[in-house]
Amino acid sequence: MAWFKKREPAAQEVKAVDALWSKCNVCNEIIYKKELERNLNVCPKCGYHFPISAQKRIAIVADDGSFRELDRDLAPVDPIHFRDTKRYLERLKEAQKKTGLKDAFITGKGNIQGSPVMIGVFDFSFLGGSLGSVVGEKIARMVEKAMEERVGVIIFSSSGGARMQEGILSLMQMAKTTAALSLLRRERLPYISVLTDPTTGGVTASFGMLGDVIMAEPGALIGFAGPRVIKETIKTDLPPGFQRAEYLLKHGMIDLIVERRKLKGVLGRLLGLFYH
Amino acid sequence: MVRHYLDFERPLMELEREYEELQRFAPRDDPRVQTRLKKLQRRLAKLRQDIYSQLTPWQRTQLSRHIDRPHTLDYIQLVFEDFIELHGDRRFMDDPAMVGGIARLDGETVIVVGHQKGRDVKEMSFRNFGMPHPEGYRKALRIMELGARFKKPIITMIDTPGAYPGVGAEERGQSEAIAHNLREMATFPVPIVVVVIGEGGSGGALAIGVGDRILMMENAIYSVISPEGCAAILWRDGTKGPLAAEALKLTAMDLLKLGVIDEVIPEPLGGAHRDWQGAASNFKEAVLRHLGELRDVPEQRLLLERYHRFRRIGAFTQEWGDDLAG
Ligand SMILES: [Zn+2]
Repeated sequence: MAWFKKREPAAQEVKAVDALWSKCNVCNEIIYKKELERNLNVCPKCGYHFPISAQKRIAIVADDGSFRELDRDLAPVDPIHFRDTKRYLERLKEAQKKTGLKDAFITGKGNIQGSPVMIGVFDFSFLGGSLGSVVGEKIARMVEKAMEERVGVIIFSSSGGARMQEGILSLMQMAKTTAALSLLRRERLPYISVLTDPTTGGVTASFGMLGDVIMAEPGALIGFAGPRVIKETIKTDLPPGFQRAEYLLKHGMIDLIVERRKLKGVLGRLLGLFYH
Repeated sequence: MVRHYLDFERPLMELEREYEELQRFAPRDDPRVQTRLKKLQRRLAKLRQDIYSQLTPWQRTQLSRHIDRPHTLDYIQLVFEDFIELHGDRRFMDDPAMVGGIARLDGETVIVVGHQKGRDVKEMSFRNFGMPHPEGYRKALRIMELGARFKKPIITMIDTPGAYPGVGAEERGQSEAIAHNLREMATFPVPIVVVVIGEGGSGGALAIGVGDRILMMENAIYSVISPEGCAAILWRDGTKGPLAAEALKLTAMDLLKLGVIDEVIPEPLGGAHRDWQGAASNFKEAVLRHLGELRDVPEQRLLLERYHRFRRIGAFTQEWGDDLAG
């Protein structure tokens, strides 16, 4: 692969830049990474909310030192021996190495401005935040735990939908998680769904859209079908702003849009209002 | 009789046509005709056995979508009595891709809903190929709620490529409609029997698929994504559907092994499209048997068992146990 060797220095150069700088997906601004992180991964120029890791999300919303992770060692298996161009087990290993996570979802109990709550967070960088058996089980357990401890539930979604590699078992996680939420509802405990960029498919079509309060980050793509599939189906252009948080707000599908830097404050106030 | 032949059914076509023509037009008392008919019968029986006893997942996928397969309204006509179709979601419109109403099954009043596909071009387009908009799911919910209120068992029939991916569907809350049904079906205090009669396509299928029993017709499929859709994403090649069908484990037998469904309802040899009456009578027998088992289960236990039916689905490991340390 001679061409690769020749270009190697250039690739390294790009890497060095990548390590220090990020490019905004929306306005193409090149942003110094440290500055981006100080700004909670929100573009200082246009306000685009970059996807963030589950850990970072927890650090942003939970009171310092209050978060206790649950079921950290729940790990995926390969129930239907799935292989496409690669084996599912290989894809899992790669994702685990890349993210340091066992699967795409972290759960735990924490406080938000003093209010105790069960928190669940997707990590999109793990196989596109896909919903498989581990994610479904963690959600069911966190909801059951919330009922035991009489606290509310917050789920931060960012997901491409159900995980194909676990076949029908992934689809059934939609039924499993919503069934758990039906019990929480009966117990009159609040469930807040926070939709972040992007949330589509089986996640939106189950616990994503079932919040007593549903909020979204600015500009987040939220939908059932992805825009590409819809465009291929209807064979015309999509309306401007289609499936963005602002569009959903206008069509009555979500309650409010909250900027990342205000998220903790709004969640804290909301929990306070529900609890007391 | 059979109007459409799938590619792997082609070998049957010539023999079946000859058999039918002989039976219809040849003089019955001619011993040569009788001999020929008997011979054809034997050959057909063997050929059918060969073709249908070793179907690949992709062939089952094709069968599940067979245009001559009985659809929801056909089963309603063949299995139920006194059906009155109810229309509309009382919010926006009546969605013809979903049908439902009130009927009698073996004398007992029941609620029945299901996806509805079409059989000719005009009806297919009218039924939107069995792909509901949010209004379809809301109509189904409204009708099922009658069952919950009037304490009538609910029977649902799944047969859809999926929920419709369109602008209006998204604007009016396709996700919300599906999610809402999932949650509400978990709470209806009456027996729910779900039958996948054809194509069980993803969330759009599951939206009427939460119940106490989930049954599948032998040649039905039920999958997290269509084989073609899966192939387009993971193989980056939509024509690799047969490979994806294999990988997804979407046949009735697969789902039974995975513990997702409770029973496979046998179809007449060659599939439901070759013998509607036979398929319908197997359907009826199975549904009645399961309803019978559920009839006297107290409400609280019914709901608890329904919860655990889905709660236990999933595969994972946990080495260190719960590590909530203080
Ligand atoms: Zn920007």
